[in-house]
Amino acid sequence: MGRHFRICLVRGCVAILLVGVATVAFAAGSSDPAIPNIFSPASTPADSIYHLSVFVLAICLGIFLVVFGLLVYALVKFRQRASDDGREPAQIYGSNQVELAWTVIPVLIVVVLFLATARVIHAVEDARFPTGTLEVTAVGHQFWWEFQYPQQGFVAANELHVPVSDPKSPTPTHITLLSADTDHSFWVPKLAGKTDLIPNRTNSMWIDPHETGVYLGQCAQYCGTQHAKMLLRVVVQSKDDFDRWVASQRKPVQNLDAVAHGRQVFDATACVNCHSIAGTEAKGKFGPDLTHLMSRETIAGGAALNNRENLRLWIKDPEALKPGSLMPAMQLDDKDLDAVTDYLQSLR
Amino acid sequence: MSNAESVLKPMTVSPAREHTRPLFDQVHDWIVTVDHKKLGLMYTLYGIVFLVIGGLEATAMRIQLAIPNNHFLSPQTFNQLFTMHGTTMVFLVGMPLLFGFANYLVPLMIGARDMAFPRLNAFSYWMSAMGGIILYFSFIGGSGLYGAGGAPDVGWFAYAPLTSPAFSPGHSTDYWIIGLLVSGVGSIGTALNVVTTVLCMRCPGMTLGRMPLFAWLNLVTSSLVLIVISPLTAAQIMLLIDRYLGGHFFDTQAGGSAVIWMHFFWIFGHPEVYVLIIPGFAFASEIIPVFSRKPIFGYAIMVAATLSIGFLSLGVWAHHMFTIGMTSYANAFFTASTMAIGVPTGIKIFNWLGTMWGGKIRLTVPMLFCIAFLFQFLIAGLTGIMLSASPFDWQLGNSYFVVAHFHYVLIGGLVFTIFAALYYWYPKVTGRMWNETLGRWHFWLFLIGFHLTFDFMHVPGVLGMPRRIYTYEAGRGWEVWNMIISVGVIFQIAGILFWVVNFVWAYFKGKPAGNDPWDAWTLEWSTSSPPPDYNFAKEPVVRSRRPLWDLKHPEDPDWKYE
Repeated sequence: MGRHFRICLVRGCVAILLVGVATVAFAAGSSDPAIPNIFSPASTPADSIYHLSVFVLAICLGIFLVVFGLLVYALVKFRQRASDDGREPAQIYGSNQVELAWTVIPVLIVVVLFLATARVIHAVEDARFPTGTLEVTAVGHQFWWEFQYPQQGFVAANELHVPVSDPKSPTPTHITLLSADTDHSFWVPKLAGKTDLIPNRTNSMWIDPHETGVYLGQCAQYCGTQHAKMLLRVVVQSKDDFDRWVASQRKPVQNLDAVAHGRQVFDATACVNCHSIAGTEAKGKFGPDLTHLMSRETIAGGAALNNRENLRLWIKDPEALKPGSLMPAMQLDDKDLDAVTDYLQSLR
Repeated sequence: MSNAESVLKPMTVSPAREHTRPLFDQVHDWIVTVDHKKLGLMYTLYGIVFLVIGGLEATAMRIQLAIPNNHFLSPQTFNQLFTMHGTTMVFLVGMPLLFGFANYLVPLMIGARDMAFPRLNAFSYWMSAMGGIILYFSFIGGSGLYGAGGAPDVGWFAYAPLTSPAFSPGHSTDYWIIGLLVSGVGSIGTALNVVTTVLCMRCPGMTLGRMPLFAWLNLVTSSLVLIVISPLTAAQIMLLIDRYLGGHFFDTQAGGSAVIWMHFFWIFGHPEVYVLIIPGFAFASEIIPVFSRKPIFGYAIMVAATLSIGFLSLGVWAHHMFTIGMTSYANAFFTASTMAIGVPTGIKIFNWLGTMWGGKIRLTVPMLFCIAFLFQFLIAGLTGIMLSASPFDWQLGNSYFVVAHFHYVLIGGLVFTIFAALYYWYPKVTGRMWNETLGRWHFWLFLIGFHLTFDFMHVPGVLGMPRRIYTYEAGRGWEVWNMIISVGVIFQIAGILFWVVNFVWAYFKGKPAGNDPWDAWTLEWSTSSPPPDYNFAKEPVVRSRRPLWDLKHPEDPDWKYE
């Protein structure tokens, strides 16, 4: 008895554990905005997926309970007892009726699941967009994100700003996905499922966040050494805040005399081969546009907060912040390093 | 019947002969052997050695991920480790282990003296062995040997254009290509051999409908191998052309297509999952009936379900590509075909339950592993259904949920049945019995470790943690889960140690097992343990699916009912 009892007990515990884990995870995740929980959606595509997934989970839980129940019952009921007489049990070879039952019922379940899924596929993939939809082009790079705003005529990086969308008069954002080098994948779990960015291919996705705030995500397709630190931030702003942000991004760079030396160093080193700063000699396309660098909360593809200390370290020794990143160390002396840092910090 | 009866009588081989010969002769014997049993054992040992290596690679990754912002491994090393771990487990552990069992058992189960092509068998084994050595030779480059490269770091799926010379200079990707090409030749050779053996070498009376399910399922597996290794080989040759002969198949910078590589890879890669798990089904289909003391429930349906799984598995590959921006029609098609595969898989689970139903279940170590397999494979199947709903996959794909799902299939399903099979056939292969207590320690520790690691691995996936990242920030809600996942590894390793001790101990000190320790019904239990070189002194003749049942129960033989 003891041994069999143990089996049932452990199995039961495992099942309870699974349910417990799931519950805890969802409960914990939904309250904390820093956790990109797929079960606390904040945008229509993520919301449709959420509802589908609850339905699929419910069906799977039902199947699990039935089959698991049969398994435990068989183990308890048909285990060989200590008092066994040693005779073989009745030899049963099969039953066509039973086989038919456990073929037809799963087929019906699959049909139902498929129809429910097809509806959501259609709703998300074949959605039509109202006028006033914001167009953004996201370009994946090793290991950072470029965000082009073609309607507004400027380029940002790593932090995607979009306006909040009121369900009554939606202002969704339609994102065209391209890649400059290898495969990447755009994944902000609370806003939408992931879609890959593939070189030589144009993909797209859309979001319509219902609430303002910062939504976290990251690259979800292995893209090389620093795939882990290709982080994503989507900043959802009120209509007014978003317009103000757009206006600030379109402003030209101020030429401050105080940072003239830093600018000179920047223009004279290889920085300009990869980075652009509007209105200057720096026209590189390989790295992020730095015209409004200080409007971003993070640097290095989200690997570090954008403060003076990190910025200086990033220029001095990129490997220290993000080993394997494609930014080279510029070998500047301390004076030039401080000057360039000052210059970059003036780019607001 | 007289023929079959004679095979039941124990035959004596003299083990003393083996031990008195010089070591050189013994080693030489193993190297030049064309005997299916020796080759089967070599395949199995080869798989087990790489299982340990792949396990150590996984352990290193779990140490790195146990806490956020860990510096145990550099990103370069971590990327090499997950590439080598995946490649090793699929190509150097899964397939060799399963070919090992097929090699050893298929001829014995169908009453043959050897495989159809013994020399092709040896050739295939040594090709596979060479493939593994080439792949692992790449590590030597890491220690600075000029020209040797470095271990590949492109993932086991080696997506273009990461493998192009622009992103993967040097030779590391070449080792991945050549190693797998060479081992692929071996796989095709062995698959051809198994198919031919099953179709042509069955003993008198053993019609296709009387074969043990093990032989049927290995027939399906090997047929799949023949079909699906070719696209991989073709794609790898195209990649070599890209890398060295100026081709542009996958070179996106020159107008090539990254997506074409994905199609090639997954039309191999998905059926490959079934190549691995169907032999697991085969083990369960032999072991569950014996320890339930009943014949397999619905033999014909089990065969039909396996055939339809094999067939359907060729039409589901793009469910690995739900996030690449396919049209809604393509996504719907692959959702439907993937869900459809759940039906025959479900039928199999129900038939195993039907086999246990009304039986007298003996909870021996092999049966415990099979029961855990049923439980875990049920969950793996259900998470598979979740992932088949493509919108759900847009969230869960490439997250730790997927990692948990396929480890549930490959460890919770396959590795558990492999352990069941190792415990079940060990007495036949060595002639000695392992220790029951140590076996149970192995089972329970490994079970606890498995569930700690892989149950909790679903959670960070749901919380947005992608795969293949060497580290993560604190504060995303992932720390606790990753720590538990890593702690589970300790239990798994402890379980494995019990297994190693048990088997090594049993090899030298175990009690003699006799011909038929489990009171089983298939032909391999009719010959001595270990079987003689010629397997059967007289060719067996069978009249039903359970020839030994017929002999043990002449009053109530199976052939009356089949």
